[in-house]
Order: sequence, then structure tokens, then C-alpha cells
Amino acid sequence: MKYYLARRLLLLVPVLAGVSIIIFMVLHLAPGDPAEIMLGSQATQEDLVRLRADLGLNEPLHVQYLRWVGHVARGDLGRSLWMKRPVLGEVLTRFRATLVLTATALVLSTTIGIALGVTAAMRPNSMLDRLSAVASLFGASMPSFWLGIVLMVIFALQLGWLPASGMYAPHSGGDARDLLTHLILPAVTLAAASVTIVARLTRSAMLDTLAQDYVRTARAKGVSSGAVVLRHALGNALVPIVTVVGVQAGYLLGGAVLTETVFAWPGVGTLMVQGILARDFPLVQGCVLVVALSFVLVNLAVDLLYAWLDPRIRYE
Amino acid sequence: MSDVGAATVPIPRASAPTRRRYRLGRLAGRNRLALVAAVALLLAVAAAVLAPWLPLADPDAVDTPHRLRPPLSAGHTLGTDEFGRDLLARLVWGARVSLTAGVASAAAAMVLGVTLGILGGFYTGWIETVIMRLTDILMAFPYVLLAIAIVAGLGPGLRNAMIAIAIVGFPLYTRLVRGAVLSLREREFVEAARALGASDGVILGRHVLPHLLSPVIVAFSLDVGAKILATAGLSFLGLGTQPPTADWGSMLATGRQFVILSPHVVLLPGLAIFAVVLALNLVGDAVRDLLDPRRV
Repeated sequence: MKYYLARRLLLLVPVLAGVSIIIFMVLHLAPGDPAEIMLGSQATQEDLVRLRADLGLNEPLHVQYLRWVGHVARGDLGRSLWMKRPVLGEVLTRFRATLVLTATALVLSTTIGIALGVTAAMRPNSMLDRLSAVASLFGASMPSFWLGIVLMVIFALQLGWLPASGMYAPHSGGDARDLLTHLILPAVTLAAASVTIVARLTRSAMLDTLAQDYVRTARAKGVSSGAVVLRHALGNALVPIVTVVGVQAGYLLGGAVLTETVFAWPGVGTLMVQGILARDFPLVQGCVLVVALSFVLVNLAVDLLYAWLDPRIRYE
Repeated sequence: MSDVGAATVPIPRASAPTRRRYRLGRLAGRNRLALVAAVALLLAVAAAVLAPWLPLADPDAVDTPHRLRPPLSAGHTLGTDEFGRDLLARLVWGARVSLTAGVASAAAAMVLGVTLGILGGFYTGWIETVIMRLTDILMAFPYVLLAIAIVAGLGPGLRNAMIAIAIVGFPLYTRLVRGAVLSLREREFVEAARALGASDGVILGRHVLPHLLSPVIVAFSLDVGAKILATAGLSFLGLGTQPPTADWGSMLATGRQFVILSPHVVLLPGLAIFAVVLALNLVGDAVRDLLDPRRV
């Protein structure tokens, strides 16, 4: 396992280098002078000269990149042009809100998805199985931001059961209960498409394992139906399920941008969109960097989890 | 060897006509739904293409006294938006933008991805390494986030949103095609062509590419819907189509502020996206069943 871990960590190096180059290049994608793009047509010559010097835009590209990576490695993501504050602190504060949202959505999609998938696999072609197939088709076709608005109209604006937006009530509240009531609608919106994907994959993985000889042997030995499904079948179906859950974690981190915008959730996604509209490149780079790094780490965690679940992988 | 063959117990199997009938029956059952979806899709495409000649109101004509009219109002079948613009006209004209954006970005991703996949699968060495590392790195980003980051650099706008989505989308095709080419290049017919002195271009174009058509068509037919969702998402964030041009995503974004007063301004464009993407997914599933009989 140690050897496997070392090999996986080593493989991270080129990925991280590539990710950092792409994020750095975001500033240089547009034709023209980045300083002019950021400050707009109203900027004075002095402002432009100062910003070019601040960002080191007068130096060759590779020097700019190496200096930027050096700063990033020391935790300095630059200053936001729009908020006039260091980017790192702002991004990390917002990232906590994004993590709360995506983690809740991931827990929802995993538990509900696995439960639905196992039930559907135990009774293939039943009403529940067909419903789950239809739901997965709908889940893949429905824009999440539209689902969010529809849920908001029904449960917040018409029925008044849940708050429509934000993370905490503006005046009272601030406690866990307040957070939970604000979290329900965005988390359900974000998890909706993932639930159907996890459910379909769990169903097919379970159908595969339920047809294996060892399951028949367990049944022949008189093991109860529940124990066969949970211990013998689900345990062995977990590797593909973990794969899809890992992919979903990344999808949720990225997809959270749209859900956060619908529900005005104060996460890193809304901050990034505000940064783009304000042409605040250091802020945008900081947001992308933090989310991309966490995505890379989630992928690493998933790979390690495979190796733990299936020893064949770590001896390959 | 012959002893082993003689000892084998024949496994009873359904006769070939029975199996064929069963498969065709399942395909027909699925395809009834896909047929309805295909007709709906054709209608949407026809409406989008024929929009300039259809008896529709001007989609950009502002008429504030008649703003936020509900559906079935006089002169406005689907009502009006916050500026009094006819929603039916905006939905139909919006279909032109949304459908074109989805198809064009999926097509661009496919062309780029297939080209790189063929090169990465056929040539070992540095070409393969560079292409596969590039796809690995692009796949190390969450899909939507990378598209947003690229739009951030290029600047908001529909064309840039489409470029971003194509860049984010091509690794899917590269992976798919490279895997297929890796096994194809070892096949006898490729070896035979090479022995006959065929150049790499001829081998790739005449012998390898035809084998890739079916998986690529299946992937493309399922991908267009995903790309329509992605462009609508970017427009919803204000990073795609810019006002006053109508596309379904931006209509949803602007209508959101009036959702309490007039939910139809939000519900209708969302329903349009949902219906078209659902139809595309159903047709895509049918195409897969048709081209890949193992799945039926």
C-alpha cells in the first residue's frame, strides 16, 4: 500500500503542473493587454503602468509563470482588484460554504442513490426499477438551475416551508438549525442528477454481483437474503460504485456554481462568477485553483479507496 | 482436442429467429418512444430554421405596457416577458441559438477529440504522451469550472462559451477513440494494409476511421444534449449569450427576477431545454441500440 501511495503521489506532480499552467494561462487567453482588459477603457495610463508592474506583465511569460507558482506555493494568491483584499482568505472563506453544500449533496446522492439502486437490483423490472430508469433519464435531461428555481418557487415562495436563498437568515439565526433549513433546497437541487446516476450504476453493479457463483453458494448455505445482498453482493459491487461517487464529487464541486447562483449561496462559485464579470483575474485564478486542487485531492482519495477495497489494484 | 469437443454438452439455446424477434421486439418497444422524441426534435429544429418566415412577433420588440402578460393573452400565445417581448417568438428564436450552440460545440469537440484520439492511439512515443497527458490534465478539472475559467479568459459571449465547451468536451472523444484505435492497429487488416505498402494516411483514413464511426456517432448523439445544457448554464450565469439576443439559458436568467409575479417567464424556457435534451437523450439511446446490438 505504501508503494501504491508513493506512486499515486508521484503521478500528481505532472497533473498539478498542468493544472497550474492552465490556470495561469487564463489571464493570457484573451488577445490584447490583460491590464487594459481588467481596468477597462476608462483606465488612465498611470493605472495601466501600475497594474502591469504589480502583475509583472512586462516580463517574459515563463518568468511570470514561475514567479506566480512561487507565490502560490507560499500561499500568496495575489490581491483582488475588485475587493482590494488578499485573494486567499476570501476564497477559503467562501470555499467552506461550497464544501458544506457539496458534501451534503454528495451524502444525499450516495445514500439515496445506493439505497435505490440496491432495491431496484433486488427486484429488476419492478415498478420501482422502471421509475428509477425514468428518473435517471429525466435527471440527465433537466437543467439543474431550472430545477432549483422550480423547487424554490414551490417550497419557498408558494408553500413558505423553507427559505428561498442565502446560507443564514439575515437577522436572527446563524445556528445549525438555521443552516440546515437553508441547506435543504440547494443540496437537493445539486444532488438530484447525481442520485439517478449513482442509482443506475449501483443497480447494474449489483445485478452483476448477484449473478456470481459465490452469491449462489451463500444462498445455498442458507444465508439470509439481507445478509447476501449487504455482505456478499454490495461489498463486491462497491468498487464501481466508489468510482462513480468519486466522479460525482467532482461534478458536484463544479456544478455547485449554478446551484449557488440560483440560491445566492455564498460559495466560491458565486464569487468566481462575480470575479469574471468584474474582470478580476487574480480572484478568478484563486477560485479555480482552490476548486481544482480539491478535485485532484478527491480523485486521489478515491484511488486510495479503491486500493483499500480491492487489493488486486495495489498489486498491479 | 477432438476428445474435449466430443465431451462438450450442447447448451440449449433459443433458435436464431426467436432471438432476432426478441431483439427486434425490444428495439421496437424502445423506439416507439424514440420515434415520438425524434418527431418532437424535428419540429423544434424546423421551427428554429424557419423562424424568420414563421408568423411570429419581433422577438426583440419592447412593449412595456404589456409586460409580464400570462400565457394565452390576446396576441401573445405564451405571454410576454419583463420588457413586453413576445415569449413564443423569443423561444423560437432562442431555439436557433441554443440548438446551434449545442450542435456546434459538440461537433467541434468531436472533430478535435477524434483527431487527437486517432493520433494518440496510432502513434506511440511523444505524440501519445503529449496528447494523453493533455487530456489527463483537462480531466483533472471539474467540467463546468474549466469552461467557466476559459470563458473568464476569453471574455463572456456565445462564441467564447462555445469554444470553452468544445475544449472541455474533447477529452471524452479522445479517450474513446484512442482506446478503439489501440486495439484496431493490432488487427490483421491493418497489418495487411501496411504489408501492401499503404501509407499511414491511407491506413487511418480507409481502414481505421470507418471502424470508429459507430462509437463516435453514439457518443455524439448523446453529447449534443449535454452541450445544450452546458451552453444554457453558461448563458444563465451571464457568460454566454449577451442581451438582447434570446437564448433559453439567458431567458431563464433574466426571468428569474420575476419568478414570483410571473413564473411562466422562467418555466417556459426551462421546459424547452428539458424537452429538447430529453428528446435528444431518447434518440441517442435508440441510436446506440441500433449501432451497438450487444446492448439490446
